[in-house]
Amino acid sequence: MTEPREGINRRDFLRLGLVAGPAGLVAACGWDGGPVLSSKLRSFSRVNDWVGEKVWLSGDRLAREYPISARTAVERFPAYSITFNKTGGYPGLERPDAWALEVKGLVRKPTRLTLPMIQMLPRLTYTVKHHCVEGWTAIGTWTGVPLSSIAAMVEPTPEARYIRFDTYDSGYYNGWDLASAMHPQTILAYAWNDQPLMINHGAPLRLYSPIKLGYKLTKYLTAMTFTRDRPGGYWEDQGYPWFAGL
Amino acid sequence: MGKAILLAMADASASSSGTKRHHGLVRLTHWLNAALLLGMIGSGLQIYGAYSHFGPRGDPYPLANPWDGHGFPKWARLGGWLAGGLNWHFALAWPFVITGLVYLVFLALSGEWRSLLFRPRDLRSAWQMQLYYLRLRREHPPQGKHNALQKLAYTSIVLLGVVATLSGFAIYKPVQLAWLTALFGGYELARYWHFVTVWVFVAFTLVHVILVFAVDPPSLRAMITGWYRGRFPSHD
Repeated sequence: MTEPREGINRRDFLRLGLVAGPAGLVAACGWDGGPVLSSKLRSFSRVNDWVGEKVWLSGDRLAREYPISARTAVERFPAYSITFNKTGGYPGLERPDAWALEVKGLVRKPTRLTLPMIQMLPRLTYTVKHHCVEGWTAIGTWTGVPLSSIAAMVEPTPEARYIRFDTYDSGYYNGWDLASAMHPQTILAYAWNDQPLMINHGAPLRLYSPIKLGYKLTKYLTAMTFTRDRPGGYWEDQGYPWFAGL
Repeated sequence: MGKAILLAMADASASSSGTKRHHGLVRLTHWLNAALLLGMIGSGLQIYGAYSHFGPRGDPYPLANPWDGHGFPKWARLGGWLAGGLNWHFALAWPFVITGLVYLVFLALSGEWRSLLFRPRDLRSAWQMQLYYLRLRREHPPQGKHNALQKLAYTSIVLLGVVATLSGFAIYKPVQLAWLTALFGGYELARYWHFVTVWVFVAFTLVHVILVFAVDPPSLRAMITGWYRGRFPSHD
């Protein structure tokens, strides 16, 4: 027994699908996913953050070091800042001589560290490759104090899970997982290529580590705060991956 | 499109003529892979545009790249901007790799790999097939489910998928997977090989689609319904 079908039959539906599928995909190109999909993608990015920290990151695997001869020429080493993007000038401190790094949040001994105090601590120097999210790389030598030494000094409480870094660069801020922050190559850097950190590279003090993408390596530091909740970040709040570990 | 494919699969059981050619899992992974690959390439081209060179900053490698200094047109990109491209790429990478693994596990468990894996003994019949295509041989050489050139193509494309995936991981985790990055010649070269795989995928797909329509249109139906009614019967 056969009955005439109404509307489209299976074969027509199949043909429609064959045409509509690719057409839909082509129309999707040049597209960010729209508000619904792109926010779903950003939620999914949390999965990759988790895998990045819990699966990929090894607390003691060190990034390769390079000979000084491998350094990228000074004028070819890019340096971005939000203030420069907006105004064409570098961020400035009202009173550079009064600068100090505030270390606070979930710690037993909050403190303020001046640059001479930081420079008196045992230092680490390495020549490593810098990876920018854009895809370029550059090699430079960085000198600073391991972040783990600062943490040992202020004694984070057991609830501390993250560190928020604040700057004087037009509201740029950033958040790190504690595991990456305590990596032996994560430092607060005050020198680049054997010279005091230049203003375009984040003077007087910046975060540096060869295990994260450049936008996590916060320049122009003013404060670091140990937190229980995950801090956002200037670029991360706009959709960039949060963990950004290499 | 997914619904149409599922309907077509259900339809297959009702088909009366032809021979069963593709298992449902093969058809599902084939079309999923096609869509995912399109998304991976679109988001990849979006990411490429953020720094459209190879080699360290300001010091480009002497590597062939016709797209040096050029981004790709909007219609070819997915994600809208760098962050969007990255989020698409890192999200689609999961189903892309899982689909590939499901397919390979199926081939291994079902024994289907035998009709697809190109082995040294296929060299001779690959040559005969090439002669046939060049019209230097009159009759189509006898073949199994796939001829030797198809085996070569389908084996190579799986290897290409492996290279694309591994070079992707090499630039995703150049510190944690430093050994893998080194295997590709370092970060800058790994990024280059990852880019090159795109164009091999594109070339393969173009030839693949042209051959389907020019030589064996019923094979398209077979990849949708599972049933083959064309003129190249299997000699298996």
